[in-house]
Amino acid sequence: MTGGYYSIEQVFHVKAGDFASAGEASSQIKKILKQLGIDSTLVRRVSIAAYEAEMNLVIHSVGGELKLKVTPQSIVVTAEDKGPGIPDIDLAMQEGYSTAPEIARELGFGAGMGLPNIKRCADRLNIQSKVGEGTLLEIYFDIKAR
Amino acid sequence: MKIEEIRDLLNAKLLTGEDLLDREVFSACASDLMSDILSYVKKQTVLLTSLTNAHVIKMAEILDVTAIVFVGGRTPAQEIVDMAKKMGIAVLATEYTMYEACGRLYSAGLPGCTRES
Repeated sequence: MTGGYYSIEQVFHVKAGDFASAGEASSQIKKILKQLGIDSTLVRRVSIAAYEAEMNLVIHSVGGELKLKVTPQSIVVTAEDKGPGIPDIDLAMQEGYSTAPEIARELGFGAGMGLPNIKRCADRLNIQSKVGEGTLLEIYFDIKAR
Repeated sequence: MKIEEIRDLLNAKLLTGEDLLDREVFSACASDLMSDILSYVKKQTVLLTSLTNAHVIKMAEILDVTAIVFVGGRTPAQEIVDMAKKMGIAVLATEYTMYEACGRLYSAGLPGCTRES
């Protein structure tokens, strides 16, 4: 579908604390992007960001949705949850800062690199959070004309 | 460096990936922190880790890792090996500790991954 006029949107539900199936949504996202013929370096950046966002939903949220939206110009990955919310976003964006529980750390997660990693992969990032309400993370990627 | 060479340098057991032995990697990354791996690993890389849970394999797929070496005599469960096999990732296990395994590969000329800007 290289250069085609496609536009797709897909929603994945991510359960809180479900480490067994964690990562499956990002794996699906990677497959979809590959099938669309997106450049492999970009596929990789999106997949890494989606994986970090998915793990954040599993580890930190009460559950939420990971959404993929692809148009000919851009890719947007959205992670939205219903809580608990991030009290201090600047602190959460700092490398090494983590509030991950022991169960996540035992698996190798919780290095405090998730959000910084997402930022590094993305072209633009929008994060909004309210304690007690939830977090909305929008990760934007530009598809450059070839 | 070919997977075959890595196997020999680390005196490692190949758990899956017989057909991948002549595949080449250009860098290595060693860590037990998922997010470090996610921020450092490049394409065509060998990943050295002592984490043997399923997330390592899932992450390796996301990152297009060519091969995983489990260090320090750790052997993953068969289902983990099967997962990697399905994804076309070579899996090796070495008795060498992380330090020594890294040292051997580095001395043989395999550079480390630096963070992508």
